[in-house]
Amino acid sequence: MKKISLTKLDEFFAAVAASQDLYLPVDGAKGAEYSLWTEGTVMSKAYNTLRSAKDFFFPQVETLAAFKVNGKNIEVEDVRKETENFVVFGVRACDAKSFEILDSVYLAEPVDSYYASRREHGVIMTLSCKKPTETCFCKAFGIDATNPGGDIACWMTDEELLLQANTEKGEALLAALDILDDAADNAADTEKEKLQTILDKLPLGNLSTEAFGGDKLMELFQSEKWASLSESCLGCGTCTFVCPTCQCYDIRDYDTGHGVQRFRCWDSCMYSDFTKTAGGQPRPTQLERFRQRFMHKLVYYPANNNDVFGCVGCGRCLRSCPISMNIVKVMKALEG
Amino acid sequence: MQEGMVKRASELLADGTVVRVLGWKNGEFVYDPTPAVFESAEALSDFVYNDFCASNLSKYLVALSKKEGKTLVFLKPCDSYSFNQLLTEHRVDREKVYIIGIPCDGKVDESKLRTQGAEGVTGIATDGDIITVSTLYGDVQLKKADVIAERCVTCKSKKVVAYDEMMGENGEVNSNCGRFDQVAELEAMTPDERFAFWRNELSKCIRCNACRNICPACTCEQCVFDNPKSGISQKAAADSFEENMFHIIRAFHVAGRCTDCGECSRVCPQHIPLHLLNRKFIKEMNECYGEYQAGAEAGSRAPLVNFTKEDCEPSIVYTKEASK
Repeated sequence: MKKISLTKLDEFFAAVAASQDLYLPVDGAKGAEYSLWTEGTVMSKAYNTLRSAKDFFFPQVETLAAFKVNGKNIEVEDVRKETENFVVFGVRACDAKSFEILDSVYLAEPVDSYYASRREHGVIMTLSCKKPTETCFCKAFGIDATNPGGDIACWMTDEELLLQANTEKGEALLAALDILDDAADNAADTEKEKLQTILDKLPLGNLSTEAFGGDKLMELFQSEKWASLSESCLGCGTCTFVCPTCQCYDIRDYDTGHGVQRFRCWDSCMYSDFTKTAGGQPRPTQLERFRQRFMHKLVYYPANNNDVFGCVGCGRCLRSCPISMNIVKVMKALEG
Repeated sequence: MQEGMVKRASELLADGTVVRVLGWKNGEFVYDPTPAVFESAEALSDFVYNDFCASNLSKYLVALSKKEGKTLVFLKPCDSYSFNQLLTEHRVDREKVYIIGIPCDGKVDESKLRTQGAEGVTGIATDGDIITVSTLYGDVQLKKADVIAERCVTCKSKKVVAYDEMMGENGEVNSNCGRFDQVAELEAMTPDERFAFWRNELSKCIRCNACRNICPACTCEQCVFDNPKSGISQKAAADSFEENMFHIIRAFHVAGRCTDCGECSRVCPQHIPLHLLNRKFIKEMNECYGEYQAGAEAGSRAPLVNFTKEDCEPSIVYTKEASK
């Protein structure tokens, strides 16, 4: 384990940022968002960021290719930009876990080379939670917030930042930072205990996943409760877009007037044209769309991925749904 | 209030006046009630009405009034303006709705609790103007006035304008609510400053469509942005131009029909002050065509669809510009 005094935190960030872009949570008027670190940037103390770190690896919009049309000639432009090294600092345990879920989808054959390239060039530095909040329920999905994971896990005591490399990429980054000192392997223990005391008090800490999993498909699919649960759903994409594990996208062509920009963008199973094909729409009403989202997280994903659930309990959907419907309410209603 | 509402709803269900009740259902925490339909007196045990029942229920009546039987709905002043507007546009069947008007003294913005230090909320108790929030990290006492939603701070009217019966005393229109002050501040900026302001705000948009889907004025069967045949359907903005245009087009489309209920800004997960676009249109129309409040009266004709000889000429654009 390594350490650095908090009085030298800016020097530490500067050292990391010297050889690549560094992003960390910064306070805005309504919450924290990841921002590029520059001299003077102050890191947020918020429990987590409004949007997750998913955007760094799977951005909302990215141009896959561009075509220039000139008479009968079509020129293909190489627009790929995801080959620069970067570091994301301050990722929470829940969000760090979300990358394992995205990896199972995007790094399985056929590998998504855009995502793979960003994963290869990005280093995730997690930071252990200081003030988990009432909407947190990572524990339900087997996440230990006291060991936040990532390429490098960090803990912040009152005086020091402690760093522990978990991967080769993490080792390499720490080795290149000569301003760090060595720390005892158990240096973060007090901090972990402090956090555990709070985690034990979280109101959603004991949310049960017993009623869910790949083997519960038919019984949950046919539940009569979906009708009332989905009744007030607006069919907007807020839950899917703030979700660190939602991974669906659409690919479209944008007519630039003198060519084509082929881009992909996040899609949402809550939208009316999602899965619409020439043959029709298999999910004609909001009930089927709503059911799809939760079945995917709680049944289909675990069925295809060794019983791992497709939710990390970050609680963003609990905070942002316009009508306050969310996965916790759905889980409690379905099991009850 | 809640008790009286449940009692009255049970009575109306029992005597057959209505077959269902549209209200709010208890959440996991105090601040997260969900709009819900109740079809029996027993189901009403989950009915809740508190400072956090902010959702405007009017739009749900578009679908519910197509169902068999009457729906009882509780409408706050804001919601009743939206209801009238939906009636004006023939989107809701008045005969299929029974309205109980409920007074409103402003709803609490949960995100303001958080920005004022109440993070990790485990309970909320209101005593007059004081809100005590229990959190994982200790109790926080806040004044209700400090955590009230922005749209309620500049509340245009506490008067329920459509109802079959009132519960409690009806309020008054507040014409000096100051809701255009922020628009005036934007108008006072230079064009470059204003452009920078809106670019900064609109660039945060994640195109979740929450603003559109919650909007009681957005009731098209299929939105042009969802229609693949429209040629402009989009799920994300391809560039900054499109990013701006989605919101500007939407603001134009609801101009004259927007009642200024403020739901768009309430639900935006990126906290973009979208209501300012709508208020700009309302302010402009008031200045050009005389005061008009959409939804104040069912069946009224909005200035943009009502020609009168007194209407200003297009040249007003130059006159207004010159007077600046």
